Amino acid sequence: MPQPLVGSFPYDKVKGTAVPKPTRTASEQGYVSEITKGIAVTMTHFFKNTRAMVRGERPDPVVDPMSEGITTLEYPDQKRPYPERFRGVHRLTHRDDGSPRCVACLCCSTACPAQCIYIEAGEYGGKDKRHGYERYPVKFVIDELRCIFCGYCVEACPCDAIRMDTGVHPVPYDSRDQFIYGKNMLLAMASQAGKQKHENPRAEPPDADYGPIERLAGHH
Amino acid sequence: MTLSSIIWTVVKILIVVGFIVNLSAILTWMERRQSAMMQDRVGPNRAEITVFGYKIRLFGLLYPIADAVKMFTKEDFIPPNADKVLHSLAPMLSLFPPLVVLGVVPFTDTLCLDNLHEVVQKNGVVASNWHFFSSWIEQPSCSLPGAKNFIDGCCVIGCQTAGVVHQPWAEHFGTCPANVAPGMIGAIHMQVIDFNPGVLYVFALAGMGIVGASIAGWSSDNKFSLMGGLRAASQLVSYEVAMGLSIVGAIMVYGTIRLDEMTRWQGDHVWGVFVQPLAFILFLTAAIAETKRAPFDLPEGESEIVAGYLVEYSGMKFGMFYMGEFIEIATSSALLVAIFLGGYNMPFLHRDGITIAVGDAVVWKQHIPHILVILMQAGAFFGKIFVLCWFQMFVRWTLPRFRYDQLMKLGWRMLLPAALANIFLTGVILIAFDRTGTEFQERMGVVGDFVNLATAIAITFVQLWIVIGFFGSTQPAIRRNAFNKRARSAGEIVEKALAS
Ligand code: SF4
Ligand code: SF4
Repeated sequence: MPQPLVGSFPYDKVKGTAVPKPTRTASEQGYVSEITKGIAVTMTHFFKNTRAMVRGERPDPVVDPMSEGITTLEYPDQKRPYPERFRGVHRLTHRDDGSPRCVACLCCSTACPAQCIYIEAGEYGGKDKRHGYERYPVKFVIDELRCIFCGYCVEACPCDAIRMDTGVHPVPYDSRDQFIYGKNMLLAMASQAGKQKHENPRAEPPDADYGPIERLAGHH
Repeated sequence: MTLSSIIWTVVKILIVVGFIVNLSAILTWMERRQSAMMQDRVGPNRAEITVFGYKIRLFGLLYPIADAVKMFTKEDFIPPNADKVLHSLAPMLSLFPPLVVLGVVPFTDTLCLDNLHEVVQKNGVVASNWHFFSSWIEQPSCSLPGAKNFIDGCCVIGCQTAGVVHQPWAEHFGTCPANVAPGMIGAIHMQVIDFNPGVLYVFALAGMGIVGASIAGWSSDNKFSLMGGLRAASQLVSYEVAMGLSIVGAIMVYGTIRLDEMTRWQGDHVWGVFVQPLAFILFLTAAIAETKRAPFDLPEGESEIVAGYLVEYSGMKFGMFYMGEFIEIATSSALLVAIFLGGYNMPFLHRDGITIAVGDAVVWKQHIPHILVILMQAGAFFGKIFVLCWFQMFVRWTLPRFRYDQLMKLGWRMLLPAALANIFLTGVILIAFDRTGTEFQERMGVVGDFVNLATAIAITFVQLWIVIGFFGSTQPAIRRNAFNKRARSAGEIVEKALAS
């Protein structure tokens, strides 16, 4: 008489008893019928999957990742789209005139727990409309290999100048120095939607809605 | 030995070895892709070469080539304390026997060269006739007195061909008419070695497989290797016994140990699997055990003894073991085909064409030129080998490995007694059959014809099923399981919430 292994056995009353041997029916013991069943299972999978492969009908691994059948994602050819807020490698946003939005305030490099941002600040030239108003980064370097992709730099930035919305994860380069992204590289990156500009408008000296420079006036 | 027979031997060796080596390369690909299909994976398909700017992938068929390049260019490492001579000898010993075993297996029926371009004398008119296809299209009729139909260019009562009387093929099964043109060999037996030991030769060589594995295990100076070698030795010896005894029943039925005569018997009567079903299962089991693959892969046993006797092998020496393993699959399949699955025979395909007949009633008859019959038989033989290899892959990827004591128990306490019982039973039945009258035996012949008919129908049906199933136009819906549905509906809820 086959008995279920778990449940019927009074574990709470009996202690130190031998585990009951599983009972097997004659057909299980005979092995041949069990082998046939097993091979039937694998053959079913084989024929279904081969058919789907031959006819190009396998489920789309991106849309239907949990379907039956082969849902392997063939990575470099097929990619699972990243969520919108995925933190990829950084980019520096552009102003409307194409210059970097960054004002070299060093907030991001201060906030960075991995200390992988290096910024050298510089003054705009005397004739520039932003002269005396804000600075710009002469060098802006991020070591993407040290970066832990925490996103604190983005949070810290007061000007929406640094973003991690590129949707790109660092490519496996073959040497370390290739992971060190300079200012031009960071400026060249675009967001997942292909934008290079900032997302939040901000009034600047020549703009109509820009108020008087009180701070400067106060200093003088 | 004449020059032409030497040339023919070389040709036959090239056919057999070329087939078997290429098949083993294809089997490495098949094993990967087939196991992938069984396990819902894609399998390796990215090996790529660029020819004139076109990237060619061939469904991963290039992996065997890449493997070969890798194995030939890898370092050939011999452990410092290993026995260098034996360490190098072992791979050869394990590759050689499976390569030469197929020498006694016939891959088509006897080829009659004369028959390909014979001088047919018909109604007194001599016509030189390369009848590859001509007799297929336009079957000459026999108007000689008393002649009924025309077989292979000869009327059934025998016909005059340049002075030699040809007998119909039915009476000269496996032999060819005497030489017609001077310098021609009449009959070419389509097996490399044409000699009497037959099955004994097969077992003598199969026994050498042990030597390769155990020498490899001993000479590597590694305890895992040694254990693997020991396991291989005891396993192969055990299963050789069962294998040898399982075939005795078949030998008793066929009354011969020559593989070509066994095949011919099956062509005359029914396939061996129908008269010796138990022997077939036993032989199949033992043959899988001999190939040292799952569920009998204890000599390698990756999870227990790393890779057994293969641990200290690298480069092409490992490649030779690897190849030997796949060649062994092909070889054991070929033996199974020759002994139990009718060899090159297909039901109702005879030397003179297709004759569907049950008992004395001929249902359908179609003459086929000799050369086409030979080609069809070769196709049947190699196709059957391929199907059996495919089946062995299923066994390998479905069943888990035995424990060692279970392995020994299965070999000595199940297969061996079953094989002995099979011999006993076969003997009893054979004696009883001989005692029955001719009427009963004739009736059994009719039963055999029905079995042949069933086999033919089954083969046709499976082929149709595969063709229709794979290329038919029904559009299957994508099967989504419960989890997927839940995941999708959750996504829809979120999307709706976002939209509102
Ligand atoms: S993501 Fe984090 S670790 Fe990386 S640069 Fe920004 S603050 Fe530093
Ligand atoms: S990126 Fe932002 S936080 Fe970093 S220095 Fe530039 S303006 Fe400041």
